[in-house]
This record gives sequence, structure tokens and C-alpha cells, in this order.
Amino acid sequence: MSGFRTLLYKEVLRFWKVAIQTIAAPVVTALLYLLIFAHVLEGRVEINNVRYTAFLVPGLIMMSVLQNAFANSSSSLIGAKMTGSIIFVLLPPISYGEFFLAYVGAAVLRGAMVGLGLLAVTVWFAPLQFVAPWWILVFLLIGGGIMGALGMIAGIWADKFDQLSAFQNFLIMPLTMLSGVFYSIHSLPPFWQKISHLNPFFYLIDGLRYGFFGVSDVSPFLSLAVSTAFLLMVSVVILLLLRKGYKLRY
Amino acid sequence: MRAAVSIEQVTKRFGSVQALDGVSLQIGEGEFFGLLGPNGAGKTTLISCLAGLARPDSGQVSVMGFDVQNDYREARRQLGVVPQELVFDPFFTVRETLRIQSGYFGIRRNDDWIDEILENLDLTAKADTNMRRLSGGMKRRVLVAQALVHKPSVIVLDEPTAGVDVELRQGLWQFVQRLNDEGHTVILTTHYLEEAEALCGRIAMLKQGRVVALDSTRNLLDRFSVHKLGLRVEAADKLPEAITRRGSLSEGYLNFMLGSMNEVEPLLTAVRESGCPIRDMRLSTTDLEDVFIEVMNGQDVEREAR
Ligand SMILES: Nc1ncnc2c1ncn2[C@@H]1O[C@H](COP(=O)(O)OP(=O)(O)OP(=O)(O)O)[C@@H](O)[C@H]1O
Ligand SMILES: [Mg+2]
Repeated sequence: MSGFRTLLYKEVLRFWKVAIQTIAAPVVTALLYLLIFAHVLEGRVEINNVRYTAFLVPGLIMMSVLQNAFANSSSSLIGAKMTGSIIFVLLPPISYGEFFLAYVGAAVLRGAMVGLGLLAVTVWFAPLQFVAPWWILVFLLIGGGIMGALGMIAGIWADKFDQLSAFQNFLIMPLTMLSGVFYSIHSLPPFWQKISHLNPFFYLIDGLRYGFFGVSDVSPFLSLAVSTAFLLMVSVVILLLLRKGYKLRY
Repeated sequence: MRAAVSIEQVTKRFGSVQALDGVSLQIGEGEFFGLLGPNGAGKTTLISCLAGLARPDSGQVSVMGFDVQNDYREARRQLGVVPQELVFDPFFTVRETLRIQSGYFGIRRNDDWIDEILENLDLTAKADTNMRRLSGGMKRRVLVAQALVHKPSVIVLDEPTAGVDVELRQGLWQFVQRLNDEGHTVILTTHYLEEAEALCGRIAMLKQGRVVALDSTRNLLDRFSVHKLGLRVEAADKLPEAITRRGSLSEGYLNFMLGSMNEVEPLLTAVRESGCPIRDMRLSTTDLEDVFIEVMNGQDVEREAR
């Protein structure tokens, strides 16, 4: 497993060396969202008896975790593919399972760092509770894992950066934005509520909210089951691709 | 001699291009083996099959007895490849790059060996420089260093001297030669045929994915052995036709292609007897380049069965 350890270390070092860009910047962006939305809507909206600013925090945290976990594995892989330096990890005796764990591990770690970083900043702005901290942790990790794996799929599939951003803009962004980051889906018409229930990211955000407030749109156990199933699904897909050597070994 | 690398009936197709067309090669442990061929002959593709970067459509490849697909972990541990393309990871310094590469092979504390490699490749002063800031030749040296971190039994160098200055080329060959003396098998591709002639004990020539020559360097040279004798003679027009017919005139020299040295003396005698004094004379022998050109022009000189 030492090939795995080094690959994980390398992937972590890769983003850590530019932490301003990979961790600080997303925290600042999310914080700006929070300040602006809170300024506009605070006092006017209250959801499930939670003040809007507080309600917004878990959504923003999950959104940042998802985006950064995805960005980490996808940009690392497509970058290595385009420069050709991917060869350095293809030549050594690293199994595809180790490969998977290392890239997803680094993505989860970056996601968690951004998420916790954001939390550390927002506690000063929003009246937060931490009703069920374990749920918070679990959903942060699963969210990071899902997006780390999806990022691997996208990074391996895409040949150019614009294909990657298409994946990001037309799939990831809409799914995140429409998953209830900024609103409770109970405020939606019934039809859109049903649609939202098909969005796996909805369960991540809803589960995370449960961790903070102890209330949520659906049961945290349902959220856990759906997100875990989704994590397993994307993991199986990427593992199959890796085993085949899809676009990596020809 | 145990086979360090065994390649059997390997084929690989890219669309309409048959990059490898039934290549078989056995390379013994401790050999310094040359893989030559024009651009697009399939050298890099063959190396990629060896390294597990490409999967052959058919055929078997093994390194030190380990199948590169089924026993890939062991096979890759035994193999160090210097890729042809100049690639690097811009996030790290030279030392970080080499430490990480060691780690991929499961080697944790490798600094002594890393220092030795750096020293031998004249990179010590650049150890803590970011890869981005190295010149092209230096990046190539790092690629060589990366291939050696795990002391592989088989070292494959895919055109390692492209863009490398003379001094380092000497240094690199000394180092590789030393590793070869210590028992490492070396496989080299290069377009500098003098390099191959000087270093390789045995050579395979590839053309359009097929092995068209495979023999020891000595035998290859001997097989095409022609001696080129150039004579500058006074009053060349007085030479009998029997002699001029055998040679060709260029730049004031009458050039003869001779099959062996035994033909030299009778020819000189004949010239002298015709009353034309010899003013200058030059004799040259075949080099690998002549052999290469002959082979690529169609002559199959494979000794071992394909
Ligand atoms: N990934 C690929 N996709 C499509 N065709 C390829 C690929 N790699 C190689 N080829 C083709 O296979 C043939 C052999 O290429 P290869 O790179 O093995 O040649 P080479 O002997 O290494 O040449 P050079 O001396 O230029 O490095 C060429 O016709 C090349 O265009
Ligand atoms: Mg090549």
C-alpha cells in the first residue's frame, strides 16, 4: 500500500502548495454568498424555524465541498494527462484500487478542509447549532467522496479543459444549485419537489442540515442511504474504467 | 543467459496503422541492447507494451520472467523507463519529484541513492529547483533519474540523448555503462547511430512494426562490410578501362567498393603497373549508418527465427 500512500501524499501536496487558491479562495467566495444573501433576505425568510443566514450555511458548505472535491481530482487528472506526466503514476506498481483511493482521498480532504474552513469563518456571522456533529462529518465525507469519484470520471473522460468545464457547468452546477442550497424544497410546487427528490445532491445537503439543526426535509437515514448508494455507484463506474485502463492505457 | 525481456509475437494496431506486426525479441540479462528504426517504426509502441502503458492486441510480453499484464506489479518493479516525450510535473522540485517517484515503488528513505543519481547526472546543484525552471536538457536528465530511483533490473531509454549537450551525453553514457557493468540490462533507442554502435552489444532494427535485422553489432557490421577505397591518381585518364570500370569518380577521387581487404593490394598493383602514380588515398569501413540504410532499403538480415 505504500504506492497508495505516496500517491495520496502527492495529491495532497499538489493542492496544499497552492492553498490560497485551492482552499482560501473558495472559502472567501462562499462567505461572500452568505453575506450578500443574508443581507438581502435575513429577517424576511425563516425556514423550519431556522433563521435564513443559519439555514444557508450548511448548503453553502456542502456546495463548496462538492465543487472543490470535484475540481481536485478532475483538474489533477486532466492536467497530468495533458502534460503527459500521468506516465509517472502509470509506470509504477500501483493498482487501480490504490489509484482510486488516493485520488478520492485527496479530493475528500480538500473538500473537508474547505468545508471546515468555511464553517470556522461562518460561525461568527450566523447563529449555528451543532445538534448532531457526526451527521455533519458523515455527509461532508460522503459528499467529498462522491465528487472526488465523479471528478475522476470527468478528468479521465475529458480530453480538453472545455470538455471538463462543460461537465461542470451543465451537470454539476445545475444539480448543486437545484438541490436546495438556497431554499427548502418544501417551498417548491409539488412537481418540482418530486423532481428534487431525484437529485442525489439534495440528500447530501438535507442530511448536512439535519446535522446542524436536527430538522430536515427528509429523514437523515434516508439521506444517508441514498448518498451512500450514489457513492457506491460512481465508485463502481470509475473502478471499472480504471481497470479497463480507459483513456489512460491504450 | 536468462531472458530479462521476452517479447513474443506482439501485434498492436492503431486504426489503419499496424504499429507492431508480430514482433518477437528475447533480450538477455545484462545485455546492452539497441532498438533502432526510422520514425514511426514502432519503437516507442513496443516500449509502451513492455511498460504496460499500451496493451498489445496479441502476443506476450514479460520482464524478468513476470508477465506485464498478469504479474504487473513485479514486472513494473523490475523496469525503469525513460520516456521519449519530455514530460514533468510542474508542482515539484527535482528532489521532491525523485522522492515521490521512489515512494510509488514502495521505497521510503532513498536519499542516498537519489544523491548518487543526481551527482552522476550533474543535477546536484538543481536538486531544490522547481521542475518548471529547468532547461530542456536538465528536464530530460530528471526523467533519466526518475527511471532509476528503484534500481530497476531493466532500464529502457527511449531516445535519452535528444536535446542533451555533449558533456552530459558522455556523462550519461558513462553512468548507464556502469549500471550495465553492474548487471542491469539496458535497452536503448536512439537516432544517433554512432552511439548505438559504440554502446550496444546487440541490435534489433524495426521497420513498419517488423523486426528486419537482429544480430550482434559486430555481426551486423561485418555482414555489410564493404571497404571504400578512394584513390587520387595523376593522369587518371591513362588508367586502363578495366580499372576505371570498377570504380566511380567523384571529387577527383576514384572510389572503389571492395568486399574485403584482400582486394586492396591487387588493385593498387594494377594501378601502379598502368604507370599512374598514386597521390592520395583514403580507406573507410562500414559504420552502423551504412548497415542501417542497407537494411531499411529492403534487405532482411534477421538471424534468429522470427
Ligand atoms: N497513441 C497512438 N494513436 C495512434 N497511432 C499511434 C499512437 N502511437 C503511435 N502511433 C502510430 O504507430 C506507429 C509507430 O509509432 P511509434 O511511436 O512506436 O514509432 P517510433 O518508432 O517510436 O518513432 P520515433 O522514432 O519517431 O519515436 C506510427 O505510425 C504512429 O503514428
Ligand atoms: Mg519513439
